Amino acid sequence: MAVHQVKDLSLFAQEIRYYTLKQFVTMGFGHYGGSLSVVETLAVLYGKHLNSTPENKTDPERDYFVLSKGHAGPALYATLFLRGFIAKEWLQTLNQNNTRLPSHPDRNLTPGVDMTTGSLGQGISAATGIALGNRLARRDNWTYVIVGDGELNEGQVWEAVQMASHNKLDHLMVFVDDNKMQLDGPTKDISEPHDYVEKFKSFGCYSKRVDGKSTEAIDQAIEWGKKNKGKPTVIVLDTIKGQGVHVIEAMSNNHHLRPDEETTKKIMRECEALGERIGVST
Amino acid sequence: MKRYNEKDTVEMRQVYADTLLELATLDPKVVVLEADLSSAITTTKIKNQLKDRYVNVGIMEAEMIGAAAGLAVAGFKPFIHTFANFATRRVYDQVFLSLAYAKLDAVILGSDAGVTAEHNGGTHMPFEDLSLMRIIPEVTVYEASDATMLAALLKQGYKQPGLTYIRTIRKQAITLYDTSELFETGSKTLRKGTDAAILASGIMVAEALAAAEELAAQDIDVSVVDMYQIKPIDEDAVMEAAETGAIVTAENHNVIGGLGSAVAEVLAEKKPTKMYRIGIREKFGQVGTADWLKQDYGLTKIDIVKAVKHLCSE
Repeated sequence: MAVHQVKDLSLFAQEIRYYTLKQFVTMGFGHYGGSLSVVETLAVLYGKHLNSTPENKTDPERDYFVLSKGHAGPALYATLFLRGFIAKEWLQTLNQNNTRLPSHPDRNLTPGVDMTTGSLGQGISAATGIALGNRLARRDNWTYVIVGDGELNEGQVWEAVQMASHNKLDHLMVFVDDNKMQLDGPTKDISEPHDYVEKFKSFGCYSKRVDGKSTEAIDQAIEWGKKNKGKPTVIVLDTIKGQGVHVIEAMSNNHHLRPDEETTKKIMRECEALGERIGVST
Repeated sequence: MKRYNEKDTVEMRQVYADTLLELATLDPKVVVLEADLSSAITTTKIKNQLKDRYVNVGIMEAEMIGAAAGLAVAGFKPFIHTFANFATRRVYDQVFLSLAYAKLDAVILGSDAGVTAEHNGGTHMPFEDLSLMRIIPEVTVYEASDATMLAALLKQGYKQPGLTYIRTIRKQAITLYDTSELFETGSKTLRKGTDAAILASGIMVAEALAAAEELAAQDIDVSVVDMYQIKPIDEDAVMEAAETGAIVTAENHNVIGGLGSAVAEVLAEKKPTKMYRIGIREKFGQVGTADWLKQDYGLTKIDIVKAVKHLCSE
């Protein structure tokens, strides 16, 4: 089954960024930083590689996606809207009472969400099970999962990588959103990361570091990963927390924000500028 | 009156392996997950038949639960085993979120119930697994009391959607049921009496039956009910037992949160009745033989007899 491809992945990323921001601005607070840093990756996955559509979303032969860093849910919801899984009006309901778009993705609430996540470390384990199940069922589809660099603090991530490596899950592709920040500060100050690529290689995976701000670089890395055989692939993405929104990038602590009036205005100005670039009037 | 003094010919762990092989042979969606305790539960003997549907992840319980959730997402029916303390306490958040909250279908077998963990001692002696599992919404919780029942509960877990937790001992149980017995209502009345009712689960069912015989010799006529389904609790059985006016619960588990609590909750809301809970009170596990541990924690027929007589004399 061919994925209906988006022509301009960079533009698609800006669309995702725009609708991610709109959700936060509507709600007044949210996990801005880590949602914005995965936008380019989501754009390349949903715009080109991931074979998952509103039509085939329950077909076991489709590709599966797990957002293990569940707090980036709003970026996924923006993507799901742009790919036709959910209606535009839903985006205004983020975290509202009785919403179907909670902070952290819920497979029972939102069409297109393959796994419920939010407790860090658990999504990647589920992804190993999905990849294993697909292989047991003799399917050649892919399972993609995004984990955060802070999430790599969790021991369960390393259990999952060991399991994937031991079982030679070569249709599992892991992305590490290395935005170098976690809730309480720089990742390196909280738990020394060492060299992620070397770590994943020593765990028996293919691994490389690429520019997570460039849809082209991410695309090339996925193409590389798809050719790898016999081992899982881990792509470490150099990203920025708050990526693509200057006012948020500039903040030292942007994991979860409830911006004041002045900051909100600045965010909205950037949002409007984004809207103009993608041809949406705000 | 039927005597209950023979042990099952098969160990509970063999029942687990045999039933899984039977289910896996019928259904290619059945997968078996272990975390390096496969030899302890004898699934090693079905490994070759199950081929790639037998997955031993190694000593990684969190990953085992997560991978099981993923397998369920991909359309498989995972059966997960480890010791009950690891299957619940160690991986509580994984069980709670990745399986239960995500509404995925799976069966967890927690082995070495309570004092039957024997010489593995306090680190491995689960007195709280039923409590932990019972407070998770929509989970079905069982404690198996003999081989026939365990096979039936595993098949029930296979059939029903959602998460099923089954607590068991690993070795031979006292035989309570004919192989033709069906387990449909959530409880089994093994003896009918009018003076009091003993509601028990797991190894305490046989203990309750022995206590009932002693009480009968002293002209105290009690019911004995095997409350194998801890959640949802069989409310009708509890209400019927309450007709006697005195209830003793007996469990190889903490009195907080397990069978005793479940029965007390029904009674408090629907029919306040005098009761006493036999079980572990404010104690951790420790090493010892199961028989000695039962004495030390007050889980013997003598303790049950005392409790019934005390309630009946009030």
